[in-house]
Amino acid sequence: MTDALSQLARPASDDDGRVYPHRHLLGIEGLTRPDIDLLLDRSERFVDQNRQLDKKVSSLRGRTVINLFFENSTRTRTSFELAGKRLGGDVINMSVGTSSVKKGESLIDTAMTLNAMHPDALVVRHSESGAVQLLSEKVNCAVINAGDGSHEHPTQALLDALTIRRRKGRLDGLEVAICGDVAHSRVARSNIHLLSIMGARVRLVAPPTLLPSGIERMGVEVHHDMERGIAGCDIVMMLRLQTERMKGSFVPSVREYFRYFGLDVDKLQAAKPDALIMHPGPMNRGVEIDSLVADDIDRSLIREQVEMGVAVRMAILDILVSNQTEPWSQNSGVNVQ
Amino acid sequence: MRATLYKNARLLDPANGLDTRGALLVRDGKIAEVGSQVFVDAIQDDVEVVDCGGRCLAPGLVDMRVQVREPGDEHMETLASAQKAAAAGGVTTFATLPNTNPIIDDVSLLEFVERRALEVGLANVHPYAAATKGLRGEEMTEFGMLAESGAVAFTDGEKAIADALVMRRALSYASIFKRTVVQHPEDPALAREGSANEGETATRLGLAGIPAVAEVMMVERDLRLVELTGGRYHAAHLSTGAAVDAIRQAKTRGLPVTCDTAPPYFALNEGAVVGYRTFARLSPPLRSEADRLAIIAGIADGTIDAIASDHAPHDQDSKRVPFAQAEPGGVGLETLLAISLELVHTEAVPLIDLLHRLTVAPARILGLPYGTLAVGGDADLVVFDLNRAGKVDPERFASKSRNTPFDGRPTEGRVWRTVYRGRTVYDVTTEPPLPTRRRAFVDA
Repeated sequence: MTDALSQLARPASDDDGRVYPHRHLLGIEGLTRPDIDLLLDRSERFVDQNRQLDKKVSSLRGRTVINLFFENSTRTRTSFELAGKRLGGDVINMSVGTSSVKKGESLIDTAMTLNAMHPDALVVRHSESGAVQLLSEKVNCAVINAGDGSHEHPTQALLDALTIRRRKGRLDGLEVAICGDVAHSRVARSNIHLLSIMGARVRLVAPPTLLPSGIERMGVEVHHDMERGIAGCDIVMMLRLQTERMKGSFVPSVREYFRYFGLDVDKLQAAKPDALIMHPGPMNRGVEIDSLVADDIDRSLIREQVEMGVAVRMAILDILVSNQTEPWSQNSGVNVQ
Repeated sequence: MRATLYKNARLLDPANGLDTRGALLVRDGKIAEVGSQVFVDAIQDDVEVVDCGGRCLAPGLVDMRVQVREPGDEHMETLASAQKAAAAGGVTTFATLPNTNPIIDDVSLLEFVERRALEVGLANVHPYAAATKGLRGEEMTEFGMLAESGAVAFTDGEKAIADALVMRRALSYASIFKRTVVQHPEDPALAREGSANEGETATRLGLAGIPAVAEVMMVERDLRLVELTGGRYHAAHLSTGAAVDAIRQAKTRGLPVTCDTAPPYFALNEGAVVGYRTFARLSPPLRSEADRLAIIAGIADGTIDAIASDHAPHDQDSKRVPFAQAEPGGVGLETLLAISLELVHTEAVPLIDLLHRLTVAPARILGLPYGTLAVGGDADLVVFDLNRAGKVDPERFASKSRNTPFDGRPTEGRVWRTVYRGRTVYDVTTEPPLPTRRRAFVDA
C-alpha cells in the first residue's frame, strides 16, 4: 500500500487510524485487547499534559458532561470533574442528597430528565449492579460507568493498568495478586477482566467468605493463604474492606483480618523483591494494609494511581464524546420500552 | 342450553390414559358422551357441531399456582383479568395465592375472593388461604373455618414457612381437615440478599447469589416433619435437581408428598438474566443448565407431579429498575401450555404424560374433581393445535401485566378454544384484533 493510499484510508483519528468502536464504557468485559491498548495509549498523552502548567485543552469545548453519583464518592467524582474541565467541557455534578432521587423518582425518570438536557456524556455511579447499563439504554449520550454495585468499575481497572504499564513496561505475563473483599468488589471484577485480556495472570487472595461463588471460572487462581497467594508476584493489589463487613458478618474482627489478610512488611517478602503495591483507595490503614507498606515510596503506587485516574478519564471522555458526530436529535431512537 | 358436539378431535384424557380419535358431546355444561363412537342425531337434538379439525381435545388445564393482585393491586391483575388470561391459556381451573393486600388469612377475605371470582365466571377459582396470619410465619390461621369456606390448601405463598415448629404444627393440624400445606421451599437466611442463582453468572454480573442448596435444605427439613406428623405436603415450583432427588426418595419411602415446577425452570436457565433482564428475575431464581435438565427428568419420571404457571403479574415500575431491586416473578397463564409443549416436541415427555401434569395431577393434589373427560363431569375443555407455530407476544396478553420471561420466544402449539362448563370462553378464531400498540417516546 502506498503512503497516499494509507492516508486516504485513515479515519478521523490521531491514533494511527485506530478507532474505539463502542458508544459507552459500561465495563471491561466485552472490550478487546486493541480497545484497551487504544485507551491506554491515549491516556499516556494526557499524563504528560497534566504535568504542564497549562493543563487545559479544548477538545470538549461546547460539550456537557454530567456526573451523576447515586453513591457517595469524592475521589472518583473529583477525578472525572477535573478530567472533563481539563478537556474544556462543561461539567455538572448531580449530587444525590439534593436530587429528586430522594423524592422517590425512579432511576429511569432521572435518566430521561437529564437526557432532555442534552448532555454529551453521563458519568454514573450507582449502588446496584446493572443500574448503569439500565440507564444507558434510556439515554442517547455516551454513558461511562463510574462503578455499579459489585459489578464493574472500568476506569479504575484502566488506571491501574496504565500505572502498571508505565512502571513495568508491559502487562503481558505479569503475576498480579488481588487481595481482600473480592465478593463485593467491582474493582476486582474489572481488574480480573482487564488483566486477563491483556495477558497477565491473576490470583485472588481472600477468606472464602469474601470470595464469590464460581469466581475461579473467570480464569483466576484462588488462594486463602496470603503468603502463598502473593509468592513471586509482580503486583499486589489490595482491596478495601467495608467497615460494616468486618464485625462478624464476613470476618470476625479487624485484628483477625489484618493478621491473616492485611498486607504488611513481613507478608510482602513473599512477593518478588521488586513487587509493587496498589490500592484503589480510600485505604483502611491497619485493616487491609499497613502504613509502612502503603507509604513506601519505592514500592507503593497508590498516589500514582490517583494521578493516572485523571488521565484515563480524560482519554475516555475525549474518545467517547468525539465519537459522537451527529447533533442530538429527537429521533435518536430511544425507547421507553 | 343447546348441546355441543366436538367432533373430529384427538381426545386426550390423561386421567385414564385415553388418546384416540373421536368426539365429545356436551349437554347442560356436562360431558354427556365421549369416545370414538359418539352417536348423535344432530337434527333431532338441535346440536351445535364444532369440527375440531383433528386438533387435540383435553381437559381444561388446572393451574395450581397463580398470583392475582386483587384485592390491593388491581392495576396489575384482577380476578377478572386473570380469568381472561386463564381462558386464553386453556386454563379452566386455577388456585390463587394468598399474598394480596390485604393477605387472605381470614374467612371474610377468602369469601371476598370467591365471590369476586364467581362474578366473572370464566374459570373455577380456588383460593389458597394463608398458612400463618399475615404470612408472618408465626401463628396459624383458622384452618378449619377457612377449609369449610373453600380454602383449597394452606400456604404462605412466596414466603417459606421457615420456623420448624410452625411447619410441624401446620402439617399436623391441616391433616384433620384433609388439606395440604404448600411450601415455598427456600431457606430465607441463605436467600436473604440474593437475586440470582449463585454461581459464575451471578458473580460476573456482580449480583448476590441464592445457592441451590437453599431449596433442598428446606425440602429435606420439611420431609422430616412430614415423617413426624403424617401431614400432606406439597413443595411448590421446584428449581433444583437436588430437591427433585429429595422428593423422589421421599416418594419411594411412601411419604404423602407432591411437588410442582413451572415452565421457566425447565425452559430457561440462569443465562436468561444476563444483561440484567429483570423479567427473568424469578423466585426461586433461574438455575443452572444441569438443574434445568434434572427438572425435565423429574417431570418425565413423574417425581414432579404437576406443572403450574407460577403466574406473578407485575407492573413496569416493579421491573424497570436495577435487577436486584426488581420484584421477582413472571406472568405465565397464557404461555403455560405452549412452553410446556416444548417438552413434547423435544420428545422429553409424552403428550399424555405432560397433560397429566397439567390437569388431573394438580386437581388431585388439591382434592378437586377436575382435569378429566369423564362422563358426567363439568365440560371444562381445551382444544389446541399441537404443532401450530407462533411467538410469545405480550401485547396480545389478556393479563393486565406483560412481564413474561418468554417475550418473543418462538412457540409450537396454540390454544384454539377453551370451554368452561360447556360455554366457549376463548376462541382463537374470534379473538379481537390487536389493540393499537402503546407508544412511548422520550419526552423532549
